[in-house]
Amino acid sequence: MSDANVARAGAQPNAAAPPAGEARLQVRALGKHFGAVQALSDVDLDLPAGQVTALCGDNGAGKTVLTKCIAGIFQADQGQILWEGKPVHIRSPRDAAHLGIETVYQDLALADNLDIVQNMFLARERLRGGLLDEDAMERDAAETLASLRVTTVRSIRQPVGSLSGGQRQSVAVAKAVMWNSKLVLLDEPTAALGVVQTKMVLDLVRRLRDRGLAVMVISHNLNDVFEVADRIAVLYLGRMVIQDAASAFDRQRVVQYMTSGGTNGSG
Amino acid sequence: MARVEVPELPPDPTAATKVAELEVPPEIVAQTLGEYLRAWAARVRAGDSGVLPVIAGLAVITVVFQAISPHHVFLSALNLVNLLQQSAVFMVLAMAEGFVLLLGEIDLSVGYVAAVGGVIGVQLVQPATTRWPWWAAVVAALLACALIGAAQGTLITRLKLPSFVVTLAGFLIFNGVVLILLLLGPFSGYPSLLGDDTNRQVLYHLMWGTIDPLAGWIGMIVIVAGLGLALWLRDTRRRRSGLVAPPLGLTLLKIVLMAIVGLTVVAICNINRANIGTVAGVPWVIPIVLAVLGAWTVLLQRTSFGRYVYAIGGNPEAARRAGIKLASIRTWAFVICSFTAGIGGLLYASYLGGMSNNVNGGQLVLYAVAAAVIGGTSLFGGRGKVMHGALGGLVIGGIYNGMYLLGLDVQWQFIVTGLVLLSAVTIDALSRRGATTGSVAHV
Ligand SMILES: Nc1ncnc2c1ncn2[C@@H]1O[C@H](COP(=O)(O)OP(=O)(O)O)[C@@H](O)[C@H]1O
Ligand SMILES: [Mg+2]
Repeated sequence: MSDANVARAGAQPNAAAPPAGEARLQVRALGKHFGAVQALSDVDLDLPAGQVTALCGDNGAGKTVLTKCIAGIFQADQGQILWEGKPVHIRSPRDAAHLGIETVYQDLALADNLDIVQNMFLARERLRGGLLDEDAMERDAAETLASLRVTTVRSIRQPVGSLSGGQRQSVAVAKAVMWNSKLVLLDEPTAALGVVQTKMVLDLVRRLRDRGLAVMVISHNLNDVFEVADRIAVLYLGRMVIQDAASAFDRQRVVQYMTSGGTNGSG
Repeated sequence: MARVEVPELPPDPTAATKVAELEVPPEIVAQTLGEYLRAWAARVRAGDSGVLPVIAGLAVITVVFQAISPHHVFLSALNLVNLLQQSAVFMVLAMAEGFVLLLGEIDLSVGYVAAVGGVIGVQLVQPATTRWPWWAAVVAALLACALIGAAQGTLITRLKLPSFVVTLAGFLIFNGVVLILLLLGPFSGYPSLLGDDTNRQVLYHLMWGTIDPLAGWIGMIVIVAGLGLALWLRDTRRRRSGLVAPPLGLTLLKIVLMAIVGLTVVAICNINRANIGTVAGVPWVIPIVLAVLGAWTVLLQRTSFGRYVYAIGGNPEAARRAGIKLASIRTWAFVICSFTAGIGGLLYASYLGGMSNNVNGGQLVLYAVAAAVIGGTSLFGGRGKVMHGALGGLVIGGIYNGMYLLGLDVQWQFIVTGLVLLSAVTIDALSRRGATTGSVAHV
């Protein structure tokens, strides 16, 4: 897809970008096992600012585990994570949030019974005189949604349970970028969505990149991958088999890496 | 193989819009009162009944018992005030239970925890033994209940024991504790609040003391005007700044309804209800229940703690990932539940004029759960308000009172209450199946 090249040329590294050539987040030789299962071994990954990195891999390749290691839900057994060039230990989702890492999980972490504003500010409520400042929260949430052009919801005060899949995903993404985040990880954001809703979410992903955020998108769907990715990284049985600019790939080559961990001489 | 894309069925936009429309609370999208009422009616037709069961329940109870009670005494001033006093205990216990139901947990011990609070209060003010000032006895009773809540809550959250089992054990343990506490002192198991020392009378007056009629009017007008003004200012401010607000007509309707209820209650209470002499005025228990209702509503709707309770009830995993400390919020909910049960227990002791081993904590907890669920609190967590417990308590109080007037034996009370609980749970389960959402954490 030629789209990828155009999109990449338009990417704007933001002002606070780390020194040239250095990705905002670097994963080095990461390993993680669960009992006898080696979920990740010796994984390297670069997530540069102002670029969308697509993380591909078959079911069970370790994509979610890698995401959770970066997000502070799992602790890696080996290896290192560098944030803006400095080694960091991310021990909890809070640590990740402090650095500016936000995650949109595969199984959406939204409470259906709370409305959009309440979900976007969950555990970071704005207070006035010890009580919730609903007006300020509603104003900020509306502003963020408008800036991301998430405009299809009927009311910002409707419960998240009443939203469509695409709208829920959009709310989850908007929640992730509200907090001056610098890196957003999206685990299969389009897996459960229809065509129109998928387009809505992919547009949103592009807008994050255009704001100068580093973005990592996990996807099975190669249409989606080639539509938004500036870079592609492929995990195969817990190993990173390749990562490169999206323009260096075609579909068939990605599929080969995903299914056999190599190009089998044909690519 | 990498996953092959599944072809999408063409979406039916009209159907989707319709469903979405029904699931959005009408007060946040309607522009006028007419629109609001139409949207509300559509939701009810679609099976999302909201507060309708409580209102319908109250109406049915009133009509039926007025028709069949001897001499149509149900709607007499004396009986209505009595009904409010009986309901007060159920209302407070239902509000207590609401905190743990919101988390998707249950507390089966509230009845006997309440009784522990009641008996501690009654025992400590006895002039023949401890002679504590009434306020110290109240503090001690509530503190003891809060500690019970902390202990049960800690077992449930830290050791991850099911709340059902822990509080079932509590049910037995505190039943025993109540019996032990009753036997202390020279009262043969019947410490009383009757007597002419003014200290002890304060506890008796929680339920039976009345406010001077004129003061009752003034107090009611101040409360209604204050709440009405606050509601009006908030809604107009939000409407002016372009935030989501209910239509003007709805705000006015709420204020008018509040005024009507206030006026009716005070008017009824201020009628002389004695056969000989004069007994008139709002019983103290009404402002006490209102204070509990107000305080816990603010806590649940206006603070981070309340927001976390709803979040945990709705999606504990989402709450955990957001960084909420689940164990401590849950434990505190159990503390608040038991503390509030203590208030209910003191009111109960006051209602009975003392404590005895007749107190039936098993029945009380069933009434409390039934009241909360009838009022619209979900047993599945995440849905319900303090107000729901209060309204449900009134329904239970109405049934209890009406059956007493009919002279029905206790076995019929048990059966009817059981049936009411069953129907409330059915409505809860059905409305949960019908609409994934319901009345949510909005005020
Ligand atoms: N919490 C866990 N405990 C044990 N094994 C796990 C856990 N999470 C993931 N795994 C294993 O790690 C491997 C990678 O899983 P995952 O990252 O979820 O794959 P995917 O690439 O499909 O997201 C799988 O073999 C899975 O069974
Ligand atoms: Mg996965």
